[in-house]
Amino acid sequence: MRQRPLSPHLSVYRFMYTMAMSIAHRISGVVLTAGLLVLTWWLMAAATGPAAYAGATRLLGAGLVQVLLAGWLVAFVYHLCNGIRHLTWDVGFGLEKHEARRSAAVTLGAIVVIALMLLYLAFFARGAA
Amino acid sequence: MSLRSPLGRVAGLGSAKDGVSHWWMQRVTAVALVPLTLWFLFSLLSLPAYDYLTVRSWVGLGWSPVFLVLLIVALSYHSALGLQVVIEDYVHLKPVKVGALLASTFVHLIVAVAGIFAILKIALAAT
Repeated sequence: MRQRPLSPHLSVYRFMYTMAMSIAHRISGVVLTAGLLVLTWWLMAAATGPAAYAGATRLLGAGLVQVLLAGWLVAFVYHLCNGIRHLTWDVGFGLEKHEARRSAAVTLGAIVVIALMLLYLAFFARGAA
Repeated sequence: MSLRSPLGRVAGLGSAKDGVSHWWMQRVTAVALVPLTLWFLFSLLSLPAYDYLTVRSWVGLGWSPVFLVLLIVALSYHSALGLQVVIEDYVHLKPVKVGALLASTFVHLIVAVAGIFAILKIALAAT
């Protein structure tokens, strides 16, 4: 197959925070794919029996894994909020440069507030999750 | 009628004709996942505890298994489509790319089947 030039030509653009948000959307998506594996493994443990589930609970309760769970929660909030931003682009809104920058700021604000609320609900309001 | 030259067609140039379906299913699953993931998160957070019996009775209760199966299907589909694009964009060595795409497809199928199997096993044992 002939090698042809492919977009995007990332190196020709001046860096903007909207670009960081774009790549963070992909990174959070890949992180959430790993979370999907853990979710499935947890469901299989619950379906297998008490011993398997106890093993899963022990691992999920470990300090480092709790940090990972918190990370997945943040990645989820990011991907959800920025995904809704993507869907508004898909229906044709906010595609101008200044609009995309404003929606970036609004989305980031929403992500911080929602992520902090959910982290509090999941890890502090109820003790260990 | 095709406006492409016979040479262009045998050389495999041009559109593969499935780009729109990939793009569209990514959006359909995205829209479905907004309510499904929020339902899942808040149901999980409202459980009094995460011990074996509590979790199993929640998984098997009422509409939970239905929404959980939909969640697993939409999640694995959305995740498979997304990871496929990431691999296509960043892995440039052809054999590694094809291997990674195959591995991603198989792992996502395993995830979907295992997830649905686990939910149904718990839900049907609960009735």
